[in-house]
Amino acid sequence: MILRPLAWQRIVWFALAAMTLFTLVVLFFIIGFITSKGAHVITLKFLFGMPERMGKEGGILPTIIATIYISLLAIAIATPIGVGSAVYLCEYTRESPITRVIRFGADALAGVPSIIFGLFGFILFVIRLRMGWSLLAGGLTLAFMILPTIIRTSEEAIRAVPYNLREVSYSLGGAKSQTIVRVVLPNALPGILTGVILGMGRSVAETAVVIFTAGSSLLMPKSLFDPARTMAVHFYILAREGLSMERAYGTALLLIIAILLINVVAYLLMYRLTRKMR
Amino acid sequence: MREKLIEKGLLLVAFSAVAMIFLIAYLIFREGVPLVAKVGVWDFIASTRWAPSKGSFGILPMIVGSLEVTLLAVIIGATLGLSCAMFLAEFAPRWSVRILKPMIELLAGIPSVVYGFIGVVVLIPFIRRTFGGPGFSVLAAAIILGIMILPTVIAISLDALNAVPPLYKEGSLALGATRWQTLHRVVLPAARSGIIAAFILGMGRAIGETMAVIMVAGNALTMPTSLLQPVRTLTSNIALEMGYASGDHQAALFATGMVLFVIIAILNTIALVIARPRT
Repeated sequence: MILRPLAWQRIVWFALAAMTLFTLVVLFFIIGFITSKGAHVITLKFLFGMPERMGKEGGILPTIIATIYISLLAIAIATPIGVGSAVYLCEYTRESPITRVIRFGADALAGVPSIIFGLFGFILFVIRLRMGWSLLAGGLTLAFMILPTIIRTSEEAIRAVPYNLREVSYSLGGAKSQTIVRVVLPNALPGILTGVILGMGRSVAETAVVIFTAGSSLLMPKSLFDPARTMAVHFYILAREGLSMERAYGTALLLIIAILLINVVAYLLMYRLTRKMR
Repeated sequence: MREKLIEKGLLLVAFSAVAMIFLIAYLIFREGVPLVAKVGVWDFIASTRWAPSKGSFGILPMIVGSLEVTLLAVIIGATLGLSCAMFLAEFAPRWSVRILKPMIELLAGIPSVVYGFIGVVVLIPFIRRTFGGPGFSVLAAAIILGIMILPTVIAISLDALNAVPPLYKEGSLALGATRWQTLHRVVLPAARSGIIAAFILGMGRAIGETMAVIMVAGNALTMPTSLLQPVRTLTSNIALEMGYASGDHQAALFATGMVLFVIIAILNTIALVIARPRT
């Protein structure tokens, strides 16, 4: 049977619309499900209490603190390296074999699965450099995991800074480094921050890397050399060992809220940036 | 003089990503290669017996498991993801795309353990009721991974579709083609390389995913013969046993990581070659 083109189009429209609807329903079901089961668990006592009986009861304060520490540490290490790389790629070279090698490195790093980063961080930081399971080892490993994201977004942000601005600075006698620090970077800041914040989100969500490099101690971390358990790891252990479904739902909801906030901030920065460009 | 120093310093910083990828490869291979040399390459990748306490290290079931789960996940993720991207690019009203796209990207940020958890509490009981078997299975892992890679596939293929020059589309429409004919015959072929890159990136995410898979795949050490049987992937093998492994056993887990590393390197190379802009 030969259908007329417009009839075909109608069929395709319905098929694609159905698939899109299905996809959206599945994705939003996940958020709705966790919210409905976890909302009543989140109380002040849950947020600010110490865990009792391995997390079966009590709160999750140490895991929240550990998550904040480890993700801040990761971005604190990755941001200077990432922005420095991006500045070099954009301001100091043209396309050349060197930039191709650097880009290859960033792309390859972006493709490495987190479990491999976990093995790497474990053997290098935890064992060889004798850091033991610690916030520091976890933060360092996460930093290299999020480095490609930061390089890529900073590069785009720096490239988006209009060339005239640099010329104005040069004409006033500004040196190249002064121009970059005083003119280029401030103008590229929202874009750079977007990358940094997205990297922070990935650190918050990561489990495999953290469990191998920071361990899963439920004690309150007191220094960078202490082992710690982040929220994502805590949630994984609660769910997998069936310790407390209630608290697993609560922790999952908290994780989703954290990611949501992080993404909204990143999106608003990006929006401001693109609007300014127009 | 000072300017030169700054330039050299930045060059050094810029090479850190390259240095890191080689350091990662070096450290993983250094731990893994001696073990593979000891048991033999063939016995390592083609034997089906994994019994670390007895000195048997065969990872064939896990290679097969990883590939099976990943392939199925990509089929699910690619079908749904591309349909979504096509609908959003060509048929959905602009305002809805502006709302939906960031929302879909947000879903890429949800921790993989949460996807795995949803699999355990919703999908596994469903599979057990509908198809029988233990529920923890190839099918469960593939569905969860397929959903997990959706945001990646949608975002990248949507970008690819939107990057097709509007002139192509206008030309086709001006010749009297319907929007579907235009999409199918003009836009899709023009965006092909970007869409394939989206699939391969999704595949890389699926094959590298660990925690969600451990939670839903059942992790049995047998060769998977049916979609409803439990399976263990390369990544889960590492994560499950790393906690207590030592000596040869630990080296064998690094060697498992090595195999994974090689598979991913091959996938990424394919993606880079395909996605390279035609000049």
